[in-house]
Amino acid sequence: MKHLLSIEQLSREEIEAILDRAESFAEVGRRDIKKVPTLRGRTVVSLFYESSTRTSSSFDLAAKRLSADLVSVKAAGSSVDKGESLKDTIATLSAYDPAAIVIRHPYAGAAQMVAGWTAAAVVNAGDGKHEHPSQALLDVYTLRRRLGSLEGVRIWIVGDVLHSRVARSNLIAFNRMGAEVTVCGPPTLIPRGIEELGCEVSYSLDGIEEAEVVYALRMQKERMSESFVPSLREYAANFQIDSRRLNPRQLLMHPGPVNRGVELSGEAIDSPQSLITEQVAAGLVVRMAILFELLAGSEGQTPAGEGEASKPTPIGTPA
Amino acid sequence: MSLTDALDVRAGEAAHLILRRATVLDPVAGIDSVHDVVVRDGKIAALASPGEADGDGAEVVEAEGLHAFPAFFDPHVHLRTPGHEHKEDVETGTRAAAAGGYCGILAMANTEPSVSTAADITALREQAQAAASVPVGFLATVTKEMKGEELTEMVELREAGAVGFTDDGLPITNAGVMRRALQYQHLCGGNIALHEEDPALSGGGAMHEGPVSAALGLAGVPSVSESTMVARDAALAGYERARIHVQHLSAAESVEVVRAAKAAGVQISAEASPHHLCLTDDAVRTLDPHRFKMNPPLREERDRQALIDGLRDGTIECIATDHAPHQPEEKDVPFEQAAMGVTGLETAFAALHTELVLPGVIDLALLIERMGGGAAPFDLERPTLAPGSEANVALCDLGAEWTVGEDGYESRSANSWCAGKTLTGRVLMTVAAGQVAYRLRSFSLGVAA
Repeated sequence: MKHLLSIEQLSREEIEAILDRAESFAEVGRRDIKKVPTLRGRTVVSLFYESSTRTSSSFDLAAKRLSADLVSVKAAGSSVDKGESLKDTIATLSAYDPAAIVIRHPYAGAAQMVAGWTAAAVVNAGDGKHEHPSQALLDVYTLRRRLGSLEGVRIWIVGDVLHSRVARSNLIAFNRMGAEVTVCGPPTLIPRGIEELGCEVSYSLDGIEEAEVVYALRMQKERMSESFVPSLREYAANFQIDSRRLNPRQLLMHPGPVNRGVELSGEAIDSPQSLITEQVAAGLVVRMAILFELLAGSEGQTPAGEGEASKPTPIGTPA
Repeated sequence: MSLTDALDVRAGEAAHLILRRATVLDPVAGIDSVHDVVVRDGKIAALASPGEADGDGAEVVEAEGLHAFPAFFDPHVHLRTPGHEHKEDVETGTRAAAAGGYCGILAMANTEPSVSTAADITALREQAQAAASVPVGFLATVTKEMKGEELTEMVELREAGAVGFTDDGLPITNAGVMRRALQYQHLCGGNIALHEEDPALSGGGAMHEGPVSAALGLAGVPSVSESTMVARDAALAGYERARIHVQHLSAAESVEVVRAAKAAGVQISAEASPHHLCLTDDAVRTLDPHRFKMNPPLREERDRQALIDGLRDGTIECIATDHAPHQPEEKDVPFEQAAMGVTGLETAFAALHTELVLPGVIDLALLIERMGGGAAPFDLERPTLAPGSEANVALCDLGAEWTVGEDGYESRSANSWCAGKTLTGRVLMTVAAGQVAYRLRSFSLGVAA
């Protein structure tokens, strides 16, 4: 695997290899010294054209935990503000000979184009409303830890599916891992033809009790002014996941940031069924695994668990 | 009107040629046999028996095994001048047309500034007289600056030589303005060519709305954004007894609307582009804006089949390329940000021959008929090989394989939807308005040897 551009590109085996690798990094995270020398001397550029807290901080920390040199560029305050094109920005950053470029961009296909312009490995940290593969991987990782397997697990993805790259990547990833997915939301926010990706479509929460996992999406306030929904109040009345609608054996997930009281009630967020903080923790180890697979995985190292060579060695431990 | 009377071209030497033993196919004139095509003083002097035409000082082209067609006519080309000469201009655009076998094109008016005054038309006509390899006609905008609000001085524009009117690139959203233009047509004449799109439905869309847009997370342009506007304008044209030409049909629903309007007696004509006839939105999965981002967008297989059916039954009377040149920096950006449009003049015939004729979807005669069908809706004589007519000839090798873009382009821009494709069938030589407008380099070298 040279780049991580989409979940679409990954087979079930490739997904599992990344998750297995992430498990081994979780073990590193429990040590006092949480750093391994794997990427020492190599450079990771993180280039964010959109605001992000979780994704950008966890990729940055993942690169540091792997001992890479990290350059973080935010579009605001950079030469992007001065009108530099994406292609020229990539040419500039590529001059530092980075091993990887992690990019988030507001338009679909940006990461794929970047992959054509640089020798670095490219990681898609979100391209428009298209894909967010690292999010899907960390969500599958979180569920796999909790459930063992996603085979036959019924998952409802609820909310603004139309504008959500998370919904698209997760739908593909959940399917690939054997889950059965239903997407649910108001008809104005469900894209026409989504069922051809392999899911059921529901315009109401009726039937959500069948789900083992409820995955709520962020509802953005600007959707009101575009008359996708009449009001947040009406949206919440029909689609909010609260403790009344969530039964005790269901798991609750959300990619963050949450609008408390809109797509999720406060008590649902804070309930023991909620995996939201586990998702964030998973984000770090999964992103370490992604960088490892792209930058070190191809150098003759076997997947975790198959040999001593694959065990990440903490800094300070004699080799 | 003949092409040379109505359109403008750089004056040159009248062709004096014999195409020896060419297979001549002119479906409208009912010609389908092998002849020596004799071109003298820029006219088709005779279709002589094979091998019998007297040389008489003419250049003799050994054309055995090659096809001579009436050269093509494209009613929908963006020459980009004034204002965007870095993409195309009269000289490069008409060179591209000549290389594609065209003997006449109509240039759209969405330039910068737009072609909205008599002075604009006059200036463009002078450019064409100085630099055009094939005859060019210019359309003027329907509304001032294409704002969709006030009509241009349509009578004066016609007197200055505007062949017709169009706000192409943008729809005329206000039905009242559209109606006034149709009423005024009874005074000024000239067809009105329409880019049909309801921006309230298509706004922000980057591709066809359907399963592929759902998978890619791109905002969709629904088919109904086109078909509802075609239906509105067909109703208005019928009511006002006016005449409209619907540009670049893309959706099955629109074809059905045009078919029904024709059956109801509305004066409506329609065009389809080679890319809509050959591709579907499946191509957009590559997210390659160079080849697959255009407006209207590539739609689904059922739409493509409906366009082909429309071509067959005459609902769609002509093929128009919507040749839309853009420079790399306008396309080397993510799909949603990229400029819309692809070039098509140099590849239209070869692409349709490869994708539709060779697999047996349509026959060669129908293709040739539709490649010239764009003249009549604008009151122009369609090109023909009938003896006595002005010489407009496309000489083609139907067996020649070539890779698009390998030798560059005549156009100033390279955003061809066929880039990198291997096509079968190539234009070797074009005679337009009685002058040799184009020779493929390797072909002329062969002739010289």
